[in-house]
Amino acid sequence: MSGHIVDLFGYSHALMGWLMARAHDAISGIGSGLAGPAPPVADGLSNMGAVLVAPWFITLQTWLIAVTAVIMWCTAVNLLLMMWMERKFYSRLHDRVGIKIGLTSMGFLANIPILGRLFTNFVKRPSHLGTGFLQNVADGVKLVQKENITPAKADRFTFHVAPVLIAVSTLLIFAGIPFSEGFALMKEPNADGLPSNPLGILFILAAFGLAPIGILIGGWSSNNKYTLLGGMRSAAMLLSYEIPLILSIVAVVVLTGSLDPFEIVRQQTQGLGEAMPPLSFLPGSGAAPLYIPNWFFLVQFPAFLVFFIAALAEQERIPFDLPEAEAELVEGWLTEYSGMRFGLVFGFKWLRGLAGSALLVILFLGGWTGPALATPWSIPTDTGTVPILLPPQELWFMLKVYGVFFLWVWISWTFPRVRIDQILNIGWKKLIPLALLAIFLSIALRLFGVYR
Amino acid sequence: MGVEEEVKRDLESRFAGQLKASQVLRPRVLQVRIDRKDLLPVAKRLKESGFEHLSCISAVDWLTRYESVCHITSWSRNCLVEVIAEIPHDDPKLDSLFGVWPGADYHEREAWDLMGITYTGHPNLERILLPADFKYHPLRKDFPQEVDRQYVSRRKLGGG
Amino acid sequence: MWINMGPQHPMTHGLWNLKVRVDGETVVEARPEIGYLHRGVEKIAEVREFHKVVILTDRLCYVSSVTWSHAYCLAVEELMGISDRIPARGRYLRVISNELQRVASHLMWLAAYAPDLGLLTGLLWSLRERELFLDLLQALTGQRMNQNYPRVGGVRNDMPATFARDCEKVIRHFHKKLEEYEDLFERNKTFRMRTEGVGVLSKADGLAWGVTGPNLRASGVDYDLRKLDPYDAYADLKFEPAVEPGGDNLARYLIRIEEMRTSCDLILQAVKRIPEGPYRIKAPRRAEGTAFRRTEDSRGEALFYVAGDGGDRPYRVKIRSPIFCTMSAVPTIMRGEKIADVIGIMGSLDVCVGEMDK
Repeated sequence: MSGHIVDLFGYSHALMGWLMARAHDAISGIGSGLAGPAPPVADGLSNMGAVLVAPWFITLQTWLIAVTAVIMWCTAVNLLLMMWMERKFYSRLHDRVGIKIGLTSMGFLANIPILGRLFTNFVKRPSHLGTGFLQNVADGVKLVQKENITPAKADRFTFHVAPVLIAVSTLLIFAGIPFSEGFALMKEPNADGLPSNPLGILFILAAFGLAPIGILIGGWSSNNKYTLLGGMRSAAMLLSYEIPLILSIVAVVVLTGSLDPFEIVRQQTQGLGEAMPPLSFLPGSGAAPLYIPNWFFLVQFPAFLVFFIAALAEQERIPFDLPEAEAELVEGWLTEYSGMRFGLVFGFKWLRGLAGSALLVILFLGGWTGPALATPWSIPTDTGTVPILLPPQELWFMLKVYGVFFLWVWISWTFPRVRIDQILNIGWKKLIPLALLAIFLSIALRLFGVYR
Repeated sequence: MGVEEEVKRDLESRFAGQLKASQVLRPRVLQVRIDRKDLLPVAKRLKESGFEHLSCISAVDWLTRYESVCHITSWSRNCLVEVIAEIPHDDPKLDSLFGVWPGADYHEREAWDLMGITYTGHPNLERILLPADFKYHPLRKDFPQEVDRQYVSRRKLGGG
Repeated sequence: MWINMGPQHPMTHGLWNLKVRVDGETVVEARPEIGYLHRGVEKIAEVREFHKVVILTDRLCYVSSVTWSHAYCLAVEELMGISDRIPARGRYLRVISNELQRVASHLMWLAAYAPDLGLLTGLLWSLRERELFLDLLQALTGQRMNQNYPRVGGVRNDMPATFARDCEKVIRHFHKKLEEYEDLFERNKTFRMRTEGVGVLSKADGLAWGVTGPNLRASGVDYDLRKLDPYDAYADLKFEPAVEPGGDNLARYLIRIEEMRTSCDLILQAVKRIPEGPYRIKAPRRAEGTAFRRTEDSRGEALFYVAGDGGDRPYRVKIRSPIFCTMSAVPTIMRGEKIADVIGIMGSLDVCVGEMDK
């Protein structure tokens, strides 16, 4: 429905191709200049120039740029945005006056002709200047310049490896998550020429499941009774919530018949009436804007609920916060970490939230699809021009992701912590039967031809 | 006739010669003064007659004697009895009321800690507020007091 | 394996240590260790004049200071024999400041209890309401904490002219906010999961171990000293003490919310019925004999036993702190609970280390 404006590999390839061509020209220029006086140098330079434009080299550079772009997008942009928005939002829930002001504290906004009237109050009595976005950057800088203390009796190797493991496994999830049809790392054209990633969901789940290892060895290696307790509790909780998570995903997979995130999102672009014949009285996809899309949270509400709660537990957010509960275990399994090691682990909790949100949006909320208006512009790519639609797919995706994230933050700051045995109770005795119910629902829908 | 009068009569009839003094302080409050050997019988009698709550055990150092003042309340009868047990100064020992009211536990430990009165029969008579290796009993009158410290100017310190 | 919870712990409110022995996740034995904040108030009180001890008793429990000074002043007035000459206006002012302080203390308790369970929003909401009551206390006494307001013989100053109106405004706003609290706490499924059936103190245990105050009323015992042994103007005011049968954390929470409502009611009644006249009499400097007085402090029964020897300084001041006695009941409550609940139970008992350690 809506077009994507970021074609990750296309842009990276174009960029690197252009750069390497310029480099090649420069080196060839030097080489031809030296051809007379120093032939061996000229030969060496021309060989180097040839390597620069060799297809394999450009592909390598393209991949590096693409991976860096995804990592930067997730951490430098999204992580900071998420932390900033969460803080503003929950400070509004807490009724804290100072911090909840964001954009409206920027005085120059009062100069906008009509809307500016909204901001004049803050110009007269500003409680603080600026939005507070760079606070998180400042936190990061503070953590970087702190001393990385290793407890004397801690197991050195595992103590140092644990945060790395957690960070790596979290970033690995983002290799498999597509942010739009173009903004994806693992993508290949399928038989119809559409992007696809045949085993994408499997890869994402595998990467999701690596986190408990890092947490467990981090908690164990600190040589501290409390962190050991925290690490064990955390591992128990994460492992026991992986199961309903995976089962709810299986429900969706059974419904769509594919493990491909692109395919799952494509199936959600049809109208609900088209996908489920009994409901064909609903307006179809042609009758925009009134049509109800085939988003799986409508069809598979139990699976949506299970995933929502299980992902909340996977992120160790406050209802399921016991492993890091300040109340008894100070910071839980990451008590002994200081400096940027702590920063990595602490910050990547939000990244896991982003990954959970993204997965939820792809599976249940229609991914990057949404109504869009055509604009007269278009982007040239290798395979022709792609028209730019507004809002583009990336924007829809991020809007939905942040919407889900806000819901999670809201829940987080309204409920107290659940005790560990109650957490495990919910996970095993309440979520798994519900997830199994969802699977049966999927099977029934497919079997009886209710869902096409 | 109020509750306190009933209790007073009951105690006087049972422990006739042993009560050194008994008076009604104000409505619903009775004060009884006994010797330390009668503390446990009186306490048991009070417990039986419905005094289920031990409010406080205070230890006072009157230089010739110690006193252990127990405030015992009855919630059901709405009455309070102040039992003052007199203890000779050179032999600060007293029966523990832990067997009658478990709530006496911490109070007696505090009296031992700060005043040095030993309660025989207490399961765990240890220091509670002060460090375990503290040697003195600070609330005794012979423990030096930080008397009024006033600001002493440098000139006065120097002798001026 | 003995685990130390404290003395440096982010969530034990105050400086005390709880040693627990665990078997898996269940607590087998618990031993509190107190005395980290022992300041020797009783000893210092013996060198200060009777009237100057009020600043010491203020700082006994710094969250609820007016109630402690009030109790001390009552005991000393009993000793000096002037307790029936205290003017009525002084009595009513003491009741008003007492109840305002009780609400502020309970809100502080809630602000400390909510983060124990993980509900950080409760911290900020309770402190926001507490600000209003501290503003009222500041208007009345001049200070937000450690007010130094009750005097032997009355109170220090009269209430300002607009005080009645301000009280009514604040209490009306507060009642609306209490309904929001109900939404956040009582109707919150997770809060109920964490507090129902946890930390049960039975009626017999409570009475045997000397627990008083909201902790005992939450176990079903109707023990409120403002009703049983009224002092000051409480005999003239109409109220019903709250009693809950449960004995668990939830009951203790409900009791304190109900007590806040009762206190607001008492404040409104007192502010309407307060008579004109003097608010303080001049008390003698010297006193002889012994006397005691007990009052209903925010946390339980506070009893002061004062002895004088004819001089102008007390011979002995004995302070009975309700939390000191509740602490002796802690091993009984903790046995059989999960270790994750230990902090929640300690939070619900409203431990104030200042009064416990004197």
